Amino acid sequence: MKLSVLVNEGPYQHQSADSAIQFTKAALAKGHEVFRVFFYHDGVNNGTSYAVPPQDDRNITQEWTSLAKEHDLDLVVCIAAAQRRGILDENESKRQGKDGFNIAEGFRISGLGQLIEAGIQSDRLVIFGD
Amino acid sequence: MAEPWEDDEVDGPVRKFMYVNRRAPYGTIYALESLEVVLIAAAFEQDVSLVFMDDGVYQIKKEQNTDAIGVKNFSPTYRALEGYDVEKLYVEKESLESRGLTTDDLIVPVQVVENDQLAELMEEQEVILSF
Repeated sequence: MKLSVLVNEGPYQHQSADSAIQFTKAALAKGHEVFRVFFYHDGVNNGTSYAVPPQDDRNITQEWTSLAKEHDLDLVVCIAAAQRRGILDENESKRQGKDGFNIAEGFRISGLGQLIEAGIQSDRLVIFGD
Repeated sequence: MAEPWEDDEVDGPVRKFMYVNRRAPYGTIYALESLEVVLIAAAFEQDVSLVFMDDGVYQIKKEQNTDAIGVKNFSPTYRALEGYDVEKLYVEKESLESRGLTTDDLIVPVQVVENDQLAELMEEQEVILSF
């Protein structure tokens, strides 16, 4: 089955961020195709490279980065939600005159159209939220 | 046949998208960001319907005034939905009544449906986004 995943909550604050990655891993392990993972609302915080969780805890962003590398996943962070919450890529950082950028490796920033496209192209859109 | 300048549209069948709004307009950002999804989605010419239920019915309540909380009142945007061909707006009857509201209290024309009718409508959908 061709699946897409929508992640609506930030890491550590909500179980849904963990559930989303565990579901994605399980779906890939069962041989399903994951067309796209889209991050919206506070879910965009899953894509920051500036988070430094304690060493004895899981690192959700790093898990996504590794999973994306391993399976060539398309991890898309919503630009409007990201700008509100301070998640920037290099281009946007320059454009806004900021002194750094923090989008994590394996993630890209794009528009909400990518979510709608995922809904159109996938057999199922599976949503993780509060 | 699509003209070359229409190439930016996504290929694929028209699907039934339903956006379910269940939360109060202020207090969290879900209602506002849900509306942003609906407005972007309108460009994709899908079969779109919106549902307002639970505290989500307050999103389309008339005469919202947010001055005292310093948050933008975005409720007039719901009136613009018609211009985007988003015309199927459903409100769950039970949610409306239990909050002492009627359709006269709402800023947009809606179809009031009972809970079990809503379940049938949901059954027909291909993509349901709940906010």
